[in-house]
Amino acid sequence: MCLAVPGRVVEIRDQDDTRMGKVDFGGVIKDVCLAYLPDLQVGEYTIVHVGFALQRLDEESAMQSLDLYRSLGALEEEFGDHWGIAAQQAGERRPPGTEYSKEETA
Amino acid sequence: MKYLAEFSDPALAKRLVDQIHATVTQPWAMMEVCGGQTHTIVRHGIDQLLPDGVEMIHGPGCPVCVTPLEIIDKALEIASQPGVIFCSFGDMLRVPGSGRDLFRIKSEGGDVRVVYSPLDALNLARENPDKQVVFFGIGFETTAPPNAMTVYQAKKLGIENFSLLVSHVRVPPAIEAIMQSPNCRVQAFLAAGHVCSVMGVEEYPELAEKYKVPIVVTGFEPLDILAGILRTVIQLEKGEHTLENAYRRAVRDEGNPAAKAMLADVFETTDRAWRGIGMIPQSGWRLSERYREYDAEYRFQVRDIKTEESTVCRSGEVLQGHIKPHECEAFGTLCTPRNPLGATMVSSEGACAAYYLYRRLQTPTPAPTAMGDNSLAGATSPSATSPAASQQTSADNKEVSSVG
Ligand code: SF4
Repeated sequence: MCLAVPGRVVEIRDQDDTRMGKVDFGGVIKDVCLAYLPDLQVGEYTIVHVGFALQRLDEESAMQSLDLYRSLGALEEEFGDHWGIAAQQAGERRPPGTEYSKEETA
Repeated sequence: MKYLAEFSDPALAKRLVDQIHATVTQPWAMMEVCGGQTHTIVRHGIDQLLPDGVEMIHGPGCPVCVTPLEIIDKALEIASQPGVIFCSFGDMLRVPGSGRDLFRIKSEGGDVRVVYSPLDALNLARENPDKQVVFFGIGFETTAPPNAMTVYQAKKLGIENFSLLVSHVRVPPAIEAIMQSPNCRVQAFLAAGHVCSVMGVEEYPELAEKYKVPIVVTGFEPLDILAGILRTVIQLEKGEHTLENAYRRAVRDEGNPAAKAMLADVFETTDRAWRGIGMIPQSGWRLSERYREYDAEYRFQVRDIKTEESTVCRSGEVLQGHIKPHECEAFGTLCTPRNPLGATMVSSEGACAAYYLYRRLQTPTPAPTAMGDNSLAGATSPSATSPAASQQTSADNKEVSSVG
């Protein structure tokens, strides 16, 4: 029951005074109530739970997260915690006085 | 959606795991509140990729699991009455009441139906004016707005043969109850992303401050969970305790105002018993006075009912993070998904079921070779135990997640 699935809005209509629509979940198209997202447009993505669109899915912030994750490796090599990496490779705890502060990589 | 598959990318996951290892200097215990997150963690072996001493405690965020026995027994009572069409989501069918379940009632001739949406139940009521249609309204803040809308519509359209058996629960009071428990080990929370999609984050800064506990709003894909853990350990290492939103693509600070307005109209907060945990003050919703006529408990006079809980099942301790599922003696022997003693073994979001499906033997298996394997553990850490991810669902490569 507790599944929320992202899909793309392909149609919007009015039914019994309620905003309804069809949402495409990668090929499976289902009727969805859009009343809780009154400004959602055809073509946008949304998270759907038990037949209700509950929140818009924001592709831009999704891409931002991915860019951040991708950049982690580069930052790590450039400014990273070399003591930590060495300790991990050696399978031992880091030597005292080599605490890693995240600010250094920011 | 092109980017969705990337949220399971093993190479990106490895970077996050490395970053977590580079950040952690001491043991920490954090709780993922939502059962969908538990499922992702166990299935992909994420907990096994973490530094020694960093422990994921599985929280009570499975709505099927925490629905009190009393409500299940009321559902069974109503469903076995003649002239009733009892509608439920499919995963409630095998949840044991005192001796029976909805599945049994159906085989004995009861009219129990599985629906995808509460609106389907309302349509059934329209099509069957000579029957009483009852919908089993359980779930967290994500399932409550659809159910609220359905009752609102029933009233607006004058559909009188529809009612709701309500047992909705709310996350923030549960977080408080966990923090106030005398043997609480939780030092940080990964908050349930889709609950926050609806409710926003406004209740959490106060909780983080009051209990000095970092709270990070987290999504459901492997990368989301790892990012949530990373943000959490950064705070823990620095001695900070604030609310952070690591799931911005689906969570706005204010949540969904239209859904919140509907909730405020149709429901009111009430004390609610959680199965296995007990009463948590103001942790639930019931229909407000204006919609009382749609409350199945009143319509069917099932307000007083005697229950009988299994004496073997330790799901309450599992739900509060005091024991891991396999520490229960019945796990995998007396209690399996086919013959569940507790609700945590029924629902696929339940911790017992997740352990049974993905880690039932608790023995290391050879690391998988293909990157496409469900297990991140095999791809990112040579020492990790690979979960027995043999039982896959159609959820692969899709962003399918629990919302609590
Ligand atoms: S394994 Fe079964 S009996 Fe044990 S706690 Fe889990 S649900 Fe209850």
